[in-house]
Amino acid sequence: MAQIELDHIRHAYGPAPKSDADFALKEVHHTFRDGGAYALLGPSGCGKTTLLNIISGLLHASEGRLLFDGQDVSRLSTQERNIAQVFQFPVVYDTMTVYDNLAFPLRNRGIAEPDVDRKVREILEMIDLGDWAKRKARGLTADQKQKISLGRGLVRSDVNAILFDEPLTVIDPHMKWVLRSQLKQLHRRFGHTMVYVTHDQTEALTFADDVVVMYEGEVVQIGTPDELFARPRHTFVGYFIGSPGMNVLPVSVEGARAKFGDAWIDLPDRPRGPMGGAIELGIRPEFVQLGRHDGMPAEIVKVEDIGRHKIVRAKLQDHAISAILREDEEVPSEPRVRFAPEAINIYAGSWRVDYETEGEGVSA
Amino acid sequence: MNRTWNNRAWFMVLPVLVLVAFSAVIPLMTVVNYSVQDTFGNNQFFWAGTEWYEDVLSSDRFWNSMARNLAFSAIILAIEVPLGIFVALNMPKKGWGVPVCLVLMALPLLIPWNVVGTIWQVFGRVDIGLLGYVANALGFDYNYVSDPFDAWVTVIVMDVWHWTSLVVLLCYAGLVSIPDAYYQAARIDGASRLAIFRFIQLPKMNRVLLIAVLLRFMDSFMIYTEPFVVTGGGPGNTTTFLSIDLVKLAIGEFNLGEAAAMSIIYFLIILLMSWVFYTVMTNVDSEK
Repeated sequence: MAQIELDHIRHAYGPAPKSDADFALKEVHHTFRDGGAYALLGPSGCGKTTLLNIISGLLHASEGRLLFDGQDVSRLSTQERNIAQVFQFPVVYDTMTVYDNLAFPLRNRGIAEPDVDRKVREILEMIDLGDWAKRKARGLTADQKQKISLGRGLVRSDVNAILFDEPLTVIDPHMKWVLRSQLKQLHRRFGHTMVYVTHDQTEALTFADDVVVMYEGEVVQIGTPDELFARPRHTFVGYFIGSPGMNVLPVSVEGARAKFGDAWIDLPDRPRGPMGGAIELGIRPEFVQLGRHDGMPAEIVKVEDIGRHKIVRAKLQDHAISAILREDEEVPSEPRVRFAPEAINIYAGSWRVDYETEGEGVSA
Repeated sequence: MNRTWNNRAWFMVLPVLVLVAFSAVIPLMTVVNYSVQDTFGNNQFFWAGTEWYEDVLSSDRFWNSMARNLAFSAIILAIEVPLGIFVALNMPKKGWGVPVCLVLMALPLLIPWNVVGTIWQVFGRVDIGLLGYVANALGFDYNYVSDPFDAWVTVIVMDVWHWTSLVVLLCYAGLVSIPDAYYQAARIDGASRLAIFRFIQLPKMNRVLLIAVLLRFMDSFMIYTEPFVVTGGGPGNTTTFLSIDLVKLAIGEFNLGEAAAMSIIYFLIILLMSWVFYTVMTNVDSEK
């Protein structure tokens, strides 16, 4: 178990990168706490797997240093780093039995057979493949194979960190939930540092204490699920997290008010200037209120009833906007839209602008 | 259940039947026909029953050729398969080296068999051949024309030179189909080079290796052209393999009945061997 420090890490796949665009992973400078559970969240191709492979040593970063508990491991091989990693698609050793598959990483490290046996049985129990121990791994289903892959990641107890690269992609939804809670349980029990790559926000938000959101090779925000929800640092985080994503509207700001078309919207405070780039207002659908009297007139396009709540798709001065209503709330026929002021975020050039009363780093 | 019977559909398979008849059934039946009859010329045939078969199976000549041929097949398989795997493992997986290696590997396979024979026949000659001349100049008493051992070495090395590429290319195809994730997982699991070979590469090459062994066995068991060109079956009968013996019997001695019986026996042996190989190797493959 170790604290993992990424010291100004950058990575380019091609040789001799020149511009920022050549880097698959733009500068990352961050520390993963010892024993923390982290999720790397982002769309496909955003660099999350690259970052993971740099930590495990399957890739060596073009620039920057990687430290485990303060020790520079940038040049060390995967074996020397003592990392466990689980891949997106199941990797099993076909010719071995399920038992031998799980014992493989331990035997490779010369661990005594009684310890191997104890450890393997424990993991078999956990991934619920006890009855299959003596079977060849070849004939198993995709999710059984992936459970073996997961098991091989968990079987070593002395690892510095366990990395997961979208491990539940091929697993069916019910099993996903079970395995995820087992991972969580395991994390509490053994306190490994865990980094979990996913593009599924539910997975990220339920697994991790801290979520690292990545977009186009860049870390755009690191925070708890609550922070990501309430104070997205980048409009991308707003879109990507939440269902539906945050509404983003072009505005201009004057003092503690924003002008949207011909309407004025109250802000909780004055944004801290100066602001460059296009100014936008972000508001989550959960905080868009539909009423009969106050606010801006809107036109309802569609109401999606999804059980516990309704999603209202509306048009506000030609901009699409979504709002979430409780299932018992009426949708007014000539609705007026209000935004809860405390839930409004202001963005300049896609990055969030702090309010004057906010301390530094609140949004970080 | 109502079935529509339409016998005209048989016409659809007729072309295939005709083709197979001319390419396989009729020639084979001609051989069967010869194998059960005897002739003293003049196109007069007499029923001989199983006499020819009994003759072949009880002749030392046949069993000696068979033993030589089995030994030859065993030796070249024992060399070509491990060597092929070794070369395939060491071939580059990406970059400009890939097409270069593939073309180099494919070259021997593109050369006609009798040309391969001629190349080695000349190469090994003591008077003008590079190999033969240099070997003798260096003090090795090498002469494939007079020494049975040297003749065997030459024929085997020639076959290895000609056919290892086939094993290499098949294994290489198996190797490049292994996803990167397997190697990454093996690194994470701390697997040694040997363990990677044993548990990842070999299992993934399993199927292509089966094909390689089958092809090489059948080809080497039927080998004719190359040793015929190089040694002509000699010195003496020491490199007379089954097919060379067969041709001697049929064309050299014009012993049609015995040759036909030998052909049928030869054919059945290859069929049986291939079936045994296939069954054994697929069983190993699907072992639970």
